[in-house]
Amino acid sequence: MRVPLTWLKDYVDIDDLDLEALAKVMTMVGLEVEEIRMVGLPMPSGEKHEFKYTGFSWPEDKFVVAQVDEVMPHPNADRLVLCRLNDGNEEIIVLTGAPNLYEYKGKGALEKPLKVAYAREGSTLYDGHQPGRKLTTLKRMKIRGVESFSMICSEKELGISDAHEGVIILDEDAPTGMPLVDYMGDAVFDVDTLPNMVRDASVLGMAREIAAATGKELKHPNAAFEMTGPSIKGKAAIEINDLELNPRFVLGLIGGIQIQPSPYWVRRRLNLAGMRPINCIVDATNYVMLELGEPLHAFDYDILLERAADETPTIITRTAKDGEKLTTLDGVEHALDREMELVTDTSGPLSLAGVMGGEESEVNSNTKSVLLEGASWNFINIRKTVSKLKINSEAAYRFSRGVHPALAELGVRLCLKRMHEWGGGQVAKGLIDNYPAPPEDPVVELSTEWVNNSLGTDISAQEIADILIALEFECEVEGDIITAKTPPHRLDIHTGIIGRADLLEEISRIYGFDKIPSQRLNQPLPPQQVDPSLGMEENLKDLLVNLGLQELIAYRMTSPEREARRFPPDFEVPDQQYIEIQNPITVERRVMRRSILSSMLEILEYNSSLGQRLALFEIGPVFHPVEGQQLPEEKMMLSIGLTGLREKPSWQGSEPENMDFYDLKGVVEGMMQGLHIADVGYQASEYPSFHPGKTAKILIGDLEIGVMGEVHPLVKANYEMEEPPVYAAEIELKPLLEAGSILFDVEAVPTYPPVLEDLAVVVNENVTAAEVEAVMRKGGGDYLAKVQLFDIYRGKQLGEGKKSLAFSLTYIAPDHTLTDKEVSKLRNKIIHLLDQELDAKLRS
Amino acid sequence: MAEKEEALNNLEKIEADALAVLEDVANQESLEAWRVSHLGRSSPVMGVFSSMGSMDKALRPVMGKAANEVRQALETAFEEKQQLMEAKALKKALETEQLDVTLPGRPIAHGRLHPLTQVLRRITRIFGDMGFQVYPSPEVETDDYNFTYLNMPPYHPARDMWDTFYTKTEGVLLRTHTSPGQIRVMRDRAPEPIRAILPGATMRYEQLSARSEIEFAQVEVLVIGENVTFAELKGTLEDFARRLFGEDARTRLRPSHFPFTEPSAEMDVGCFVCGGEGCPVCKETGWLEILGCGMVHPVVLEYGGYDPEKFSGFAAGMGIDRSTLMRYRIDDIRHFRNNDVRFLRQF
Ligand SMILES: [Zn+2]
Repeated sequence: MRVPLTWLKDYVDIDDLDLEALAKVMTMVGLEVEEIRMVGLPMPSGEKHEFKYTGFSWPEDKFVVAQVDEVMPHPNADRLVLCRLNDGNEEIIVLTGAPNLYEYKGKGALEKPLKVAYAREGSTLYDGHQPGRKLTTLKRMKIRGVESFSMICSEKELGISDAHEGVIILDEDAPTGMPLVDYMGDAVFDVDTLPNMVRDASVLGMAREIAAATGKELKHPNAAFEMTGPSIKGKAAIEINDLELNPRFVLGLIGGIQIQPSPYWVRRRLNLAGMRPINCIVDATNYVMLELGEPLHAFDYDILLERAADETPTIITRTAKDGEKLTTLDGVEHALDREMELVTDTSGPLSLAGVMGGEESEVNSNTKSVLLEGASWNFINIRKTVSKLKINSEAAYRFSRGVHPALAELGVRLCLKRMHEWGGGQVAKGLIDNYPAPPEDPVVELSTEWVNNSLGTDISAQEIADILIALEFECEVEGDIITAKTPPHRLDIHTGIIGRADLLEEISRIYGFDKIPSQRLNQPLPPQQVDPSLGMEENLKDLLVNLGLQELIAYRMTSPEREARRFPPDFEVPDQQYIEIQNPITVERRVMRRSILSSMLEILEYNSSLGQRLALFEIGPVFHPVEGQQLPEEKMMLSIGLTGLREKPSWQGSEPENMDFYDLKGVVEGMMQGLHIADVGYQASEYPSFHPGKTAKILIGDLEIGVMGEVHPLVKANYEMEEPPVYAAEIELKPLLEAGSILFDVEAVPTYPPVLEDLAVVVNENVTAAEVEAVMRKGGGDYLAKVQLFDIYRGKQLGEGKKSLAFSLTYIAPDHTLTDKEVSKLRNKIIHLLDQELDAKLRS
Repeated sequence: MAEKEEALNNLEKIEADALAVLEDVANQESLEAWRVSHLGRSSPVMGVFSSMGSMDKALRPVMGKAANEVRQALETAFEEKQQLMEAKALKKALETEQLDVTLPGRPIAHGRLHPLTQVLRRITRIFGDMGFQVYPSPEVETDDYNFTYLNMPPYHPARDMWDTFYTKTEGVLLRTHTSPGQIRVMRDRAPEPIRAILPGATMRYEQLSARSEIEFAQVEVLVIGENVTFAELKGTLEDFARRLFGEDARTRLRPSHFPFTEPSAEMDVGCFVCGGEGCPVCKETGWLEILGCGMVHPVVLEYGGYDPEKFSGFAAGMGIDRSTLMRYRIDDIRHFRNNDVRFLRQF
């Protein structure tokens, strides 16, 4: 809510606080000031400000209250007039094109001079002819042959509102010659009102908080006045159908009013608070809503009489009937449902209760009598209506957060008083008030000990009571115990333990968070959880980074079509259940992902042209709905993606080669070693997303935990990717991390020298390197410490369907230096076994 | 005796000749050639040894000794010469070999943790030092956990604070904050005391823009015990902020509202972009909002299985994306999930 400083000052004396200090007080009690807009007042002194300031100031020597004594026609232009103006010092002829002065043109000296806001030569103000707010400085110039150097200002030019249709006509009592800043200079605080502080969506509410925080007195608006008209009795009746939905309904009546503009100071305040002035009657309802926080509604009484066919108009509050419709005063027709609360009369709906009035019965320029509604509504019901109809208003904002029924009567009285002051007429004696069951304002009992134990403070019972009293709680102190009764303007205080927590918030916030001491945790350390999976997950991420991979975090939201891209075009995508989002931001993100491979492929695609070498991984959940279970399974997955060059190109040496399957396998193997998982196996396998001949499933023991391979060329073609093949792996995290161990055996570092030798064998194409290695290990026994494949060769001299595999073998004995004789014995055994088991011949 | 004289003279001459030639040797090749011709198998001094057999028996020991001395002298001379030449060569090399040290090094293909992971780790480490343990919690949640158990029954006005993605399953939504994890940890641990930290992804219905994301990372902090105070909340979070933002970090607590805490506060830290002078990042205030916090609401304690008359606690929640964004002055929050490698590599 936007609140003008001058308005706040009606209720609390804050002349001793500068803008910075005041904004700080407000922010530190929970009225967060987001911006301070200067509308005339000088900027606070000092270079450094804690708040954001906009707007501009009106220097005393430049902007003054002036009076226009005569409006004369311009000799050369119909749409311009010349004003004989007195600015307190001298008489000046000022040129203006303001249409609201035309009516005075050529009428000679005015009987009642017009008071205006006058900017002298050299003043800096907003340019009225440009959109937005752009500062400009007044210079001497000739307009159609008449000299012009100063200006009678519009609201836009002074930063009061965006209105530029005419110049401001001030109230008659504005003193000519007075600096404008002294007359009506202001600053507007833009306050972010917290959802539980709707009581402070009012100038009085904010003033109350400021008064409590600064120890100042709160001055309530005076609602007392004499109702001089005939009694309201018999002029209207109220029927409430459901007290739950409408606990209170108050009516007041004023007749013989004049629909006219409100005094200028009222219009200015409304503008500064962000509401458009309409006429004195509507303005009075808005003014009191902003002042008190109680939204009010004015009906044209004569229209109600007409609708009641001259019977006594009866206001009936009820929920809508099926098929009922109402056109609100914004011109929108709403189809209503049976939950929506309405204000109606005997001939149908009048307004959407607490939200917006109807078009038919609204106050118009012919209105003579006004029936004024002040009511209280169930905030949940209002919320539902607002969310269903997608409608909003200042009234709905407040009522949907809870307004105390006590404010209804006060609001009606204040508003009638203001309508009478600003629009004349006679206020009918008395009010009609339907309020059968006033709520009990909660009483909360709390001990000083409990307060101090909760806050870590040492505040006395009296101090606590004083804070609550400043917020208008009724308090009693008895020894250590404070009993506080909630004031009749707030609905956010409960009873019992919740009430105590509510009061703790009030006490701590007014006492000041900055005065509460800071302490380290005093609590016993809770029992420690052994949760290796998160630790292992961190460990795994570190491992993959060390293996040269970049971590990703992908969006969880995707679409089934996007995920289907991970299959070849002719593949029949299985019908999979997704977690579907009811209100997606776009169809592209309307489900929760099922495939982490899809995310990886999309990110590879995004980066395809950006990096010559991409090596990426992601660890994150995929979401699988589970039959008969409310929440999906959030399965943690690991994806790895590789494409492009094996090494980054350098200015030295030759262009590196593209990565292949074995780069991916190297990463997976490195990961398995780093996790100390021993029993890992790789089996050639086929998956729809992968190349049928270049894919392996990954096993730990007998358990399949994932797949790795070259992405199927047809799948790759679904994405916009550069030439090099793409390699990817998709692995379930849980079995992977469970197989990893924190405890593992470390082999002794050998003290005796190893014997190294190379062995190349020729085998049939279908024999795998892993099989050869297994046979070698079998033959070599414990002394064969390491077997490493270092070359694969195929050639004519080997014959069709043959390949040569060259291994480097390392023999080591833990307790002695191996002799040539021992090694040659082992070698012969290996060669013999290879021949026997795999038909492998030594390559000569 | 003349024979002996002559033989000794011959040896002297062999030595003198060889040394004279060595004097003129100027490079490695000629030095090697010198070694072959003056110390090699067919060199004059070696010829003396091989002619020894035909010598008078009495002369042999004398001549053997003399020839050995000559050979040793030549070997020594050779080694000295070699050392001298090596030293010269090294000196020359050191004088002439020069790299362009400004040329780029051989690039090493490396990876990095995602920036959000890095920041999250710093946060969990700081709280870990204070005895907090990490708990996982689901990202797809029930309405009850996300709202009702957090003291926001259906149609509670505070539900408006979170723009929510609902799923097509009745009562299931994408969690809007990590706070539902509070209830899960409490229900898991009650009635033990708790110091928990809950990281994870959260989702909010927003229009995607440079300043707003639909998915973002959050961390929730929860303490439950028999007499947890607001002073402890303040002290713990101030310690945290100092460790995350530096010894000089100024902080302040400002009243705020969250339905699941009471009193509620927001913690601001002195703007690390402008040092508190005011800049666009801090909207000219000199302060940046980093987390929301407060004392756990009695209703929440009760839903979590703790008696609010006996237990109290505090909770805090912070968005990781936004603070990372501010810290590194990143222009667009969407970078975090677009995963442009040119962005990620910089962390
Ligand atoms: Zn800043």
